Amino acid sequence: MLSTFRYPKFDYIRPPEIAEGRDGHYPVIVVGAGPVGLTTAIDFARQGQKVLLVDNDDTVSIGSRGVCYAKRALEVLDRLGCGDEMVAKGVSWNVGRTFFREEEVFSFNLCPEPDHHRPGMINLQQYYLEDYLIKRARQLPGLEMRFKHNVIGVTQGAHAATLRIETPDGACTLTTDWLVVADGARSPIRTMLGLDIDGKIFMDRFLIADVVMKADFPTERWFWFDPPFHPNQSVLLHRQADNVWRIDFQLGWGADPETEKKPENVIPRIKAMLGDDRAFELEWVSVYTFQCRRMNRFNHGRVLFVGDAAHQVSPFGARGANSGIQDADNLVWKLKLVMDGKAPATLLDSYTDERGFAADENIMNSTRSTDFITPKSAVSKTFRNAVLDLAEHHPFARALVNSGRLSVPSFLVESRLNTPDGDDFGGSMVPGAPMDDAPVAAPRGGSPWLLGHLGDGFRVLYYVDDADGLPPATAQALAALADGPIPVEALVVAARGTAPGGLTTLLDTHARIKARYDLEPGTTYLARPDQHVAARWRKLDAAAIRAALARATCNA
Amino acid sequence: MALNTQPNLFEPGKRYFRAFSPGDDFYEALIDTHRDLSDAQSAMVNARLILLLANHVGDISVLREAMRIAREGV
Repeated sequence: MLSTFRYPKFDYIRPPEIAEGRDGHYPVIVVGAGPVGLTTAIDFARQGQKVLLVDNDDTVSIGSRGVCYAKRALEVLDRLGCGDEMVAKGVSWNVGRTFFREEEVFSFNLCPEPDHHRPGMINLQQYYLEDYLIKRARQLPGLEMRFKHNVIGVTQGAHAATLRIETPDGACTLTTDWLVVADGARSPIRTMLGLDIDGKIFMDRFLIADVVMKADFPTERWFWFDPPFHPNQSVLLHRQADNVWRIDFQLGWGADPETEKKPENVIPRIKAMLGDDRAFELEWVSVYTFQCRRMNRFNHGRVLFVGDAAHQVSPFGARGANSGIQDADNLVWKLKLVMDGKAPATLLDSYTDERGFAADENIMNSTRSTDFITPKSAVSKTFRNAVLDLAEHHPFARALVNSGRLSVPSFLVESRLNTPDGDDFGGSMVPGAPMDDAPVAAPRGGSPWLLGHLGDGFRVLYYVDDADGLPPATAQALAALADGPIPVEALVVAARGTAPGGLTTLLDTHARIKARYDLEPGTTYLARPDQHVAARWRKLDAAAIRAALARATCNA
Repeated sequence: MALNTQPNLFEPGKRYFRAFSPGDDFYEALIDTHRDLSDAQSAMVNARLILLLANHVGDISVLREAMRIAREGV
């Protein structure tokens, strides 16, 4: 098979514990250098936290695997410093088309709103993402990566977890204050700790073929229900980087994976789809089944589970890596506050609550997609086909066509970290909302996008029409928010002017922030380090901000 | 009143942040209604469902329009 990507090989380095014949202790260890473990370790290191990342392999993801990275994951990667590389190499797309038999029944646009930095989705082979993350990780002091380190035993006590790790030079023992487990769907550590994960297996098989070809198909997601070239099943076509195209054929439960993977069986399927005269080469073939399941809790004392280790969904909707990256985004700031003694360990329960809520939403949406794509009964199939028939001419039916509800962030409306609204607001930036992006001009420098100024720490957004007219007392009150044990940086959002006293001013050049956040002069938002709304008010009230900050960090 | 073929599903008191959510809520409930039924039982459930909904709609001109579209091309 062809190869458009050269797999890097990372050096194994003999660990000091083995060289010196001793045990080692680390403040935080992350197990698993996939997208989620890498995101976690990078986020810690960026915040000045020493972190050890161990992985049992010595290269990146074999095969393209997760290929769709959603807007929200890209925004997290922007915060980590990898977003530009991803978007430059990836294939950006917003439009999806759905076909039923021979007809196109409708199309959708993931990002119909203008003035967002990132597209709805990019397609990029998982090995590129991991490659970029590893390069980023290598730039960060305090982040140590160890390859060919296989965890073979785990125990935990009240104050630490103990890992037994096998290396090419023998085994060693490491202890850690906090263990973040990102070792994937089969999570050996989950099994070693005897923890359950519940859900269901879906009785279906799918064939993935990565095909290298020169094709002038538009950069869109094409999804077929019951096409003439693959009757009674579904097919998905996606473009990736390097002229690699992902084709996903539904096979049914009865298919034999080993037989289906053979090129002599795969190639005729692709020829039936593309026509006989198009030249292509196979790059990677895989047959998969899937489960939808989650752990009851993601935090267990000193051990925290992220990504597929904690929850799994069907691939329809790209909710695997995308939700795992958001797990890391949600967890790291909380764990860092706990490690620094600035928040109680109960803050970690909110990690389970919030990401469990997101996992339930992801499982619900991907299960619904699966049930639409693979109807379980004759009546279910009749309804599905009726929806597809009606969709061509009737808008209501288009809204019911479900070929995968693509990954979007959860609105964490039930979170105990939110301060409920006391004032009236329009729009959707409710407490718990993932914050909308918008273009800004930043006279003192920095990103031309709102989200580029949010994240890493708590921020207050304070709106005035003219920042020049900000009263000195207000400017002082805003600046003083930076003084507490958990500092809050104030950002003045304005239509014009520059705020006094060295406060950062963000000019709402397209009036999108005003519209999306329903801003009026005096409107104040408290933003969490993971770019979710914690609280909002119509007037600046420093005491209310302190109370909301305490609530958002379980210090209330 | 004309037959409304625009998306029109909602649940009172529920706030939606994604356009696909109300339709998916309904579709899941519809498929769940048929869970574990035989084909004949499902056909009976569908007939009863249509009769209940038709009475709720009330306006026979709207129902005639829906029946015409439903039959088209089948």
